[in-house]
Amino acid sequence: MQSLTMTEKILTAKVGGIVAPSEVVEVEPDLIGIHDILGHIVVDILEDLGVEKPGFKGRLAVFLDHAAPPPSKRYAEVHMQLRRFARRLGAILADVGYGIMHQVIVEEGLARPGDLVVASDSHTTTIGAVGAFATGMGSSDIAYAIATGRIWLRIPEAVKVVLEGELKPYVTAKDLALAILGEQGSSWANYKSIEFTGPLVSRLSVSSRMTLTNMATEMGAKAALFPVDSMTIEYYESLGVSVKPLEPDPGASYYDEYTLEASLVEPMLALPDRVDYVEPVSSHEGKEVDVVFLGSCTNGREEDFRLAARILRGRRVREGTRCIAIPASRRVYQRLLAEGVISVLASAGCVVAYGTCGPCWGGHFGVLGPGEVAVSTSNRNFKGRMGDPASRVYLASPATAAASAVEGRITDPSRYIRG
Amino acid sequence: MRVSGKAYILGDDIDTDVIIPGVYLVIKDPSELARHALEPLDPEFYGKARAGVIIVAGRNFGMGSSREQAVIALKAAGVRAVVADSISRIFYRNAVNNGLPVAICPGARDAIRHWEHVELDLLMGRLLVPDRGLEIVCETPRGIALRILEAGGLLSLLRRELGRS
Ligand code: SF4
Repeated sequence: MQSLTMTEKILTAKVGGIVAPSEVVEVEPDLIGIHDILGHIVVDILEDLGVEKPGFKGRLAVFLDHAAPPPSKRYAEVHMQLRRFARRLGAILADVGYGIMHQVIVEEGLARPGDLVVASDSHTTTIGAVGAFATGMGSSDIAYAIATGRIWLRIPEAVKVVLEGELKPYVTAKDLALAILGEQGSSWANYKSIEFTGPLVSRLSVSSRMTLTNMATEMGAKAALFPVDSMTIEYYESLGVSVKPLEPDPGASYYDEYTLEASLVEPMLALPDRVDYVEPVSSHEGKEVDVVFLGSCTNGREEDFRLAARILRGRRVREGTRCIAIPASRRVYQRLLAEGVISVLASAGCVVAYGTCGPCWGGHFGVLGPGEVAVSTSNRNFKGRMGDPASRVYLASPATAAASAVEGRITDPSRYIRG
Repeated sequence: MRVSGKAYILGDDIDTDVIIPGVYLVIKDPSELARHALEPLDPEFYGKARAGVIIVAGRNFGMGSSREQAVIALKAAGVRAVVADSISRIFYRNAVNNGLPVAICPGARDAIRHWEHVELDLLMGRLLVPDRGLEIVCETPRGIALRILEAGGLLSLLRRELGRS
């Protein structure tokens, strides 16, 4: 029997016959997602084509998350259009406040291991944390998929990332992702899928896995996968769903392989304006910071805010620096509220909201002005991403972001967190 | 298929946020989107591109977001094709889906001079500078991607399919 990568296994099951990299196949997705700021184009296309009954028979979900609540009349109109669309097609609607698409899909179990997920957002790869082959596409592809029930897909070559060793207590999955980006660059996995493996994997929470599969998009990946192991199985059990293990075959062949020794990784920063311009936080300490953003689909989950709260508890955000904290969904917010973490954030002086992308894409809720410097837990620091083209964004972990908020300068979190 | 235009040279890692910043994604009209194409990088781009340009870029062109508006804005601004040392996955697919020719032409960015006349021959897989007799080998869309491109984009293809059924 041929040994298959996890990518090949999932897509072989979808196609109903063994597939090999570079082959082009037509497949039916299990879940299609669209969101407000890119999804309205999908709806326009379908309306323009006069598609009354979609050919797609799987789960269709609409997320009002990017410009939520709408910061202008124009966005309000987009939301109205998408609500009408969801109602007409009987789609799942995650309205304002529900949460960011990728977070909600995993949190609600809308995707299952082995599923094929396509959505009109590049960070759809995030959902691979629970073993679904999930990929982002543009509006035409998504409209085509809704209209016909099919998409065409080139079977990607898989690359393997082996995670070894232990993380230091103040080092997170985000630092691992940044370290990989720094080593391999932003086009390393272009057209490929990344499969994470190695001894550290079994100790990474679903949330940490999501941070890595989320950042895989910044490595160019079409999809990113974690094995479906006991961690995933327990996660689905908590949702009342039973799932089976799924992992690559032992002798599967990979296009490329990279091993990261986690114990050697320090808190990392991606410097403006490149996600792969990565250096240790320690070599940039002292740089003044105007805005700290805690949140996004990369780092907007419970463990991220608990970690930030360990640093912010009993302390205040330095005067002159603003802190914006946005848990990625209402559920995350409610859990943090019950644990007292929200109160820590508010007492420290953070503006706290929930369930929106917030300033991540530069549309609302803390857009940066010319020359302003931000430390952000999100995934992109491109020129003008969070506002003015002359603003500067440093990407970091929630620990680094929180420590930097307290000091008002870029700060290594190691001195705030011990053991 | 052959397209021609003035070469507009760009560097490595041109991301979709500079091709069309997030704040403009709510705009539906392509001609309005076009006015903001590449704005953070070159606010004059819209005026220049009216002449009909072929973007000649370095590594990983179009990295980042899945926003199809990046392709729509460039095309509506007057971009006739994008050639680069390498092209990011989603941008490539979106370009093909909108009938915007793309080609991977390693070395082109260094060989081509800004604003000279270039021609892209998609079937032959060549980028040509007729004035200098220069010819660069390119990898151009094949198979289903070529069929979509030739049809003028994925939605033209879909229109045909829907018309048939
Ligand atoms: S949080 Fe940022 S990266 Fe994630 S979906 Fe929203 S805008 Fe995109």
